[in-house]
Amino acid sequence: MKNFAYTKASTSSEAVNLLESSVGGKFLGGGTNLVDLMRENIEQPDSLVDISSLPLRDIVENPDGSVTIGASAKNSAVAINGPIRQRFPVLSQAILFGGSGQIRNMATVGGNLMQRTRCYYFYDHASLCNKRTPGAGCDAIHGFNRMHAILGTSSHCIAAHPSDMCVALAALDATVEVESRRGKRSIPFVDFHRLPGDTPHLETELQPGELITAVTIPKLEAARRSVYRKVRDRSSYGFALVSIAAILEIVNGTITTARLALGGVAHKPWRAFPAEELLQGNPANDEVFRRAADGALAGAQGFHYNAFKIELAKRVIVSTLSELAQNEGA
Amino acid sequence: MMSILMTLVQTAARFMPDAKRDPLIDSHGYVGKPLDRVDGHLKVTGGARFAAEYALDDMVYAEPVFSTISKGKVRRLDTSVAKRCPGVIAVLTPHDMPRLKAPTLVDFSKLDKIAASNLPVFQDDRVYWNGQAVALVVAETHEQAQEAATKVHVEYDIEDSNVSFDANKARATMPKDVLGEPPEIKIGDAEKNLAAAPVRVDAVYRSPYYSHSAIEPHATIAVWEGDDKITVFDSTQFVEGYRNSLAHVFGIKPENIRVLAPFVGGGFGGKAGFWWNTVLAVAAAKIVKRPVKFALSREGVFRIVGGRTIAEQRVAIGATVDGHVQSLIHTGVTATPSHARYAEQCTFPTRHLYATDALHIAQYVVDLDMVANTWMRAPGESIGTFAVESALDELAVELRMDPIDLRRNVEPKRDPTKDNEFSSRHLLEAYERGAAKFGWAARNPQPRSQRDGSWLIGQGVATAYYPVLRLPGAARVRVNADGIATIHTAANEMGMGVATSQLQHAADRLGVPLQCIEFNYGDSEMPSSPMAGGSCQTVSIVASVRAAVEKLHRELLKLEQQDPASPLKRAKYDDIVARDRGLFLASEPSRGATYVDILRRAGKQHVEAEGTSAMPMEMMKYSMASYGAQFCEVRVNDITGEVRIARWLGSFDCGTVLNPKTAMSQLRGGIIMGIGMALTEEVLVDDRSGRIMNASLAEYHVPVNLDVPHIDILFNDIPDPHTPLGAHGIGEIGITGVAAAIANAVYNATGKRIRSLPITLDKLL
Ligand SMILES: Cc1cc2nc3c(=O)[nH]c(=O)nc-3n(C[C@H](O)[C@H](O)[C@H](O)COP(=O)(O)OP(=O)(O)OC[C@H]3O[C@@H](n4cnc5c(N)ncnc54)[C@H](O)[C@@H]3O)c2cc1C
Ligand code: SF4
Repeated sequence: MKNFAYTKASTSSEAVNLLESSVGGKFLGGGTNLVDLMRENIEQPDSLVDISSLPLRDIVENPDGSVTIGASAKNSAVAINGPIRQRFPVLSQAILFGGSGQIRNMATVGGNLMQRTRCYYFYDHASLCNKRTPGAGCDAIHGFNRMHAILGTSSHCIAAHPSDMCVALAALDATVEVESRRGKRSIPFVDFHRLPGDTPHLETELQPGELITAVTIPKLEAARRSVYRKVRDRSSYGFALVSIAAILEIVNGTITTARLALGGVAHKPWRAFPAEELLQGNPANDEVFRRAADGALAGAQGFHYNAFKIELAKRVIVSTLSELAQNEGA
Repeated sequence: MMSILMTLVQTAARFMPDAKRDPLIDSHGYVGKPLDRVDGHLKVTGGARFAAEYALDDMVYAEPVFSTISKGKVRRLDTSVAKRCPGVIAVLTPHDMPRLKAPTLVDFSKLDKIAASNLPVFQDDRVYWNGQAVALVVAETHEQAQEAATKVHVEYDIEDSNVSFDANKARATMPKDVLGEPPEIKIGDAEKNLAAAPVRVDAVYRSPYYSHSAIEPHATIAVWEGDDKITVFDSTQFVEGYRNSLAHVFGIKPENIRVLAPFVGGGFGGKAGFWWNTVLAVAAAKIVKRPVKFALSREGVFRIVGGRTIAEQRVAIGATVDGHVQSLIHTGVTATPSHARYAEQCTFPTRHLYATDALHIAQYVVDLDMVANTWMRAPGESIGTFAVESALDELAVELRMDPIDLRRNVEPKRDPTKDNEFSSRHLLEAYERGAAKFGWAARNPQPRSQRDGSWLIGQGVATAYYPVLRLPGAARVRVNADGIATIHTAANEMGMGVATSQLQHAADRLGVPLQCIEFNYGDSEMPSSPMAGGSCQTVSIVASVRAAVEKLHRELLKLEQQDPASPLKRAKYDDIVARDRGLFLASEPSRGATYVDILRRAGKQHVEAEGTSAMPMEMMKYSMASYGAQFCEVRVNDITGEVRIARWLGSFDCGTVLNPKTAMSQLRGGIIMGIGMALTEEVLVDDRSGRIMNASLAEYHVPVNLDVPHIDILFNDIPDPHTPLGAHGIGEIGITGVAAAIANAVYNATGKRIRSLPITLDKLL
């Protein structure tokens, strides 16, 4: 890996200033993704601004019922946080399904949002990748694409976003709080990550110089009955082939709130809005769930090694929803 | 290799009398006890030093540049930028290299040199596989070398290559031999019998390319003294083979080369073949005239060390309605590059396992432009048992017969292809004991009949098989005046617990407490010992130590005969037993002398003897193998196709168990590796480029703890009368039969027969 400058910031404004004054600088969270990518020479920052000890670790319940999670909070800390576990179990579960204990202990919330795809060709300099080298081509489309996207792909890139935590945050309608020298702003979570289009190297709406300071989850009573299901190639320590974050509220047999987000299927955590519409206001039965699953996967395109994900995703949606519905009934 | 001479020797061997039964088979001391590993403390406290952990003065570090094409020529290699990087001492290319001889492929009649590939290392500008090393940076620190390696600019003239197994398998040819055995065997007309058989199964089984993924990546530290002396610390599982191979490649006398490998972090066959990294480290040390450390990254291991090759096998069985097998056909194609020529012995289990009226065995290889394939834990037998044991299960289903009953039907009286006697075969007993403990009788043979919520449950069984090998070797034994004994033999410890079981044996053989012996190994200067491979090391060393101890005891008796005061003055070798720290008359237990006593009276500081074990004639006379029955229960998610192993029981027939604790650990390790082989592991080679795309442990999925259930191990513990201590090797048999047992259980759970490994969930959707 190439040499780089290293500084450690103690406040968010210091972090922002340090980054702006550096050339080719990057923030360093837990380093579990960035350092890997640097060792692989995919990321080659000239300087790192370490933000792991910023006072952004708290998880706070706000008066309006929302919860704010500091961007430097460790993934493990979020997963075991009492209010999160009670009010947003889907988030706690999603995190615990990710990586290994060691990785979750290092990884931060901000870093998790910004982690990059695990596409084999993205990692391999001998391969063509539009994300690494815009315009070069994409070796994954006709290559090993088992881990790749089936929704929202483009002819330029079919990579999938690897995060579990983000799938839950998408379902929870979170917002991402960011800060830069230009001030602060909030970005709705569902808009934070981008689809590849013809610019797969642009992955999020975060602008150069912007620091993620927190993620805020709005109050949602229905989320107390939420669940995360992850399907992967081994029991642990594997990225999702398909995952689902689901929230379901049923009153008198009718679905009053439905939130559904999918992981492992798109360049971003995939909020399945059409499916939610098909659920909302309808009876909670398998037929409705099946229609919702079809709706969620409408327009999905499979590739040589991942076409199975379409059927898999549908099955997981139906079974997860009916499980939630059964628990509701109980 | 199947020369006339060999055939003669084999014929002669059959008429030779057996070697004398080892008396220790029938006595009980340390052997058979579940002792803790003597190196356990060192391992868990970090005290055990591995090859890469030796810090030598003035040492520098090497990092390779890997080719990105699968065949062609390096047209231009621009090292100018790399050479200017901080800390860089040299950037080696074929132009800078000393002229080296091409390594010699392993020859199974000698097993002295051991290269996995016979390509000359770094001697020209040719590229033979994607990932081959094309330059080597040497720098003051490893980080500097890594950084500079990214700055080496390589241009290629690309040539057409063959990298796809499927596109090329049609042009597979029959190799001259398969590990010295004939590639084809025909008994009767198997195809005709098959066509006429009332019940038939005929299927094709696929398995992918696998990587050993030993936890310790390959590493070498090389030091030259002058122009003709080399010391090498290496992660090898065959110190002597590496010494001989280095001697050949560098044109130096073997005596001037010392290879040290006291601890190796897993090998599984991946560190037995002699690979480029060792040659490059030694060459670099010669060029820069400083000690060079070349420790491969995980990616590096995937790029320049091969694994188990991709394979496609056909097994067809024809049987009568009552389960008498009339035809058994097992053919297979495996891949190998022309510079390795290693045909994996996938048909070997079928040659020896089952009785049949007619048999057809045939193996083919297709040469691909790929890194040399090599031995990987039970090479051949692992994938071969997947095919034949799946097919047998398919036959049981067709016959509506319990698969264990079917195995009873096909149990042969003599070896089906060699037509000789089994030295010790108690497979059915292993099945019976296993079935009882596992609760096999309660299994419902009807697929999809057991369920727990969305999880379907099924049980499967398969035979495990691995041949018994022994290779001649030597050991040096010494007893000192203080009663402490030392043993030296160039053995290799890659995590199995060699020292522990050998100490147990030596203590019994010498009749001294275990604490009074030192076992020294892992050094090519010690008496010759075979590689830690083919599951042969333990038994081979037992034989060498036995030979050495016999010589030592004879020496000691000679001293006694010269001493008028000796209680053993008139004792002959056959009259004595070793116990209580000395030698005693068998007929008169109170009469004898301790080693301390004998040495004191003779005025000696020590007595030493080196013994060499006999040629393994028993292997030629008998059909010798270990057997086992693998039982498992799987859960298959009916919605997602996820497969999880719920419980496992392996019941083994592998001779005397020297140490149940280390033995169980070996077998469990094999079973776990088999679970990976069955469910998750696959090296992904891109058919367009021949490039390995998942060269990391994040993407090459070995099983995690959660994938592994509790594993019960049972032993028949019946000694083989024709082996030292009655023991068999056990390093490899554990993995055999595992994938088939899982596939068979998956069938029982779901009604779906998966014939292509790994059994990923998409195949079950
Ligand atoms: C082997 C392995 C397995 C894994 N398995 C899973 C899994 O199953 N599921 C899963 O979800 N994840 C998995 N992960 C990924 C893991 O979750 C991420 O690596 C981790 O969340 C990244 O967080 P970090 O703090 O270490 O980020 P870093 O590596 O420090 O940074 C990642 C990126 O985020 C940027 N960044 C960090 N903080 C901020 C901020 N506050 N503002 C702006 N930019 C910022 C950095 O500049 C960098 O570009 C795995 C990782 C590994 C190595
Ligand atoms: S899928 Fe995207 S990340 Fe992967 S190779 Fe193609 S462009 Fe690169």
